Amino acid sequence: MAKSRSNNALKFTLAVLASAPFAWLVYLISLEIVQPTSGLGPDPAEGLLHYLGEWSMIMLLVAFGVTPVQRLFKKPLLARSRRMMGLFAFAYVVLHLLAYVVLYVESSWQLLLEDFVERTYITAGIAAFFGLLVMAITSTKGWRRRLGQNWLRLHKVIYLAIPLALLHLIWLRKDGFGDVALYILCFAILLGERAYQIRKSQKAATV
Amino acid sequence: MLIGKSPKIPTSEIISETTYLNRRKFIGQSAALIAGTGLLGSAQAGLQADDEITPEDIVTQFNNFYEFGTDKSDPYENAHTMTTDPWTVNVSGEAKRTGDFAFEDIIKGMTAEERIYRFRCVEAWSMVVPWMGIPLKKILEQFEPTGNAKYVEFKTLVRPEEMPGQSSFFSSIDWPYTEGLRMDEAYNPLSIMVTGVFGKALPNQNGAPWRLMVPWKYGFKSVKSIVSIRFTDKEPLNTWQQLQASEYGFYANVNPAVSHPRWSQASERRLPSTLFNTNRRPTLPFNGYAEEVAHLYKGMDLKKFF
Repeated sequence: MAKSRSNNALKFTLAVLASAPFAWLVYLISLEIVQPTSGLGPDPAEGLLHYLGEWSMIMLLVAFGVTPVQRLFKKPLLARSRRMMGLFAFAYVVLHLLAYVVLYVESSWQLLLEDFVERTYITAGIAAFFGLLVMAITSTKGWRRRLGQNWLRLHKVIYLAIPLALLHLIWLRKDGFGDVALYILCFAILLGERAYQIRKSQKAATV
Repeated sequence: MLIGKSPKIPTSEIISETTYLNRRKFIGQSAALIAGTGLLGSAQAGLQADDEITPEDIVTQFNNFYEFGTDKSDPYENAHTMTTDPWTVNVSGEAKRTGDFAFEDIIKGMTAEERIYRFRCVEAWSMVVPWMGIPLKKILEQFEPTGNAKYVEFKTLVRPEEMPGQSSFFSSIDWPYTEGLRMDEAYNPLSIMVTGVFGKALPNQNGAPWRLMVPWKYGFKSVKSIVSIRFTDKEPLNTWQQLQASEYGFYANVNPAVSHPRWSQASERRLPSTLFNTNRRPTLPFNGYAEEVAHLYKGMDLKKFF
């Protein structure tokens, strides 16, 4: 009983934290409505798109970090928030994609197709989106049960989706790679922790 | 009226005096501008009927100047540290008068004219800016370039202690920022050296004390805070071409037909745009200045020489 209550408190706290960038965005948009350019700058389409893109990247890394952090701090309860954090990340990705479709390609399939074919960073971004879409759809208990062992295998697609998202950002960026370097470092550390765990369990198995 | 439909109408017919006077009011009252009214013809050349001057705070607070950081608010926030007085310009290469010149001496006796130009960034946004400038030809001719001068190369100041972008570990640009023009491009009447904007001295973040402005090319050609002018017989390697030759060429003429690997160039967002109206409009060949400059590229495959 006490355990589930603290689980709920943890989940709630994480949900509030993960919603904060969205709440801030709502505030910026409300400023835009009162006075154009006051919230998102003179080029709000770009401002909005980049804001959502950066937070998509950060939230993906946060969701990817749940398992290592839970192991490091021995907080098994945290594992129960992993799905929620993943879905938060996906929500930012969907908003990012929506902003792009509505404000950049102006809902034209032809322009979207042109971007997809001609601009490799868009190709990488959309590929990452489809990977995450599959993960989001199959994130329910029902799908997990139905897929059995294959569920874990399927969700390894995250090891492809995050590098694709990073490529999407690197290929878009002209210069100033400070934040990109930070994201890559985070991803490398989280990957390293997993590699370490695998080696540890292999060693334990051979002993 | 749809732009691009009837480009042959003389400017005097499509800009009514009231529109013009409103623009005046917009710009504000300044002696320099009043002096410039006599130049209405050249100042308004090529302006489209629905070209509205972009508000001053956007022109001076939202732009790219990677020497001060890669965010578009960085130049405004960081450029105040740049010392622009004294300012020395080195002139070298295929010319009779070379050496170090004080900036004031170069422009001595010349008056800046007002030129309202569209400004089109390769990132697919655009502005309309009332620059104050001196025809580039007038400036370059005083150095008496020789017959070997086929190109002119410009370089921006390098001073990492005053330019945080130049000392950034995460920048891959090989400073100084370098740009160039063919001599006939440089001598085109549209090409100017800008010394002011909105009737005031050019602010640091926009490239003080002087910068190039070639309105038919993408914005990155219009190099800022120039300290070096070199006349040469070889095509200069400009910074963005050096970084990514598959994306950026030497010419960089605004061209909706040549797609860019990062941004579609078919249309642009005229700033300020809003979330509910991105103010998107079709991009015109040579940024709408085809009549003035298209002849420079006669017979050239512009898809190859992008």
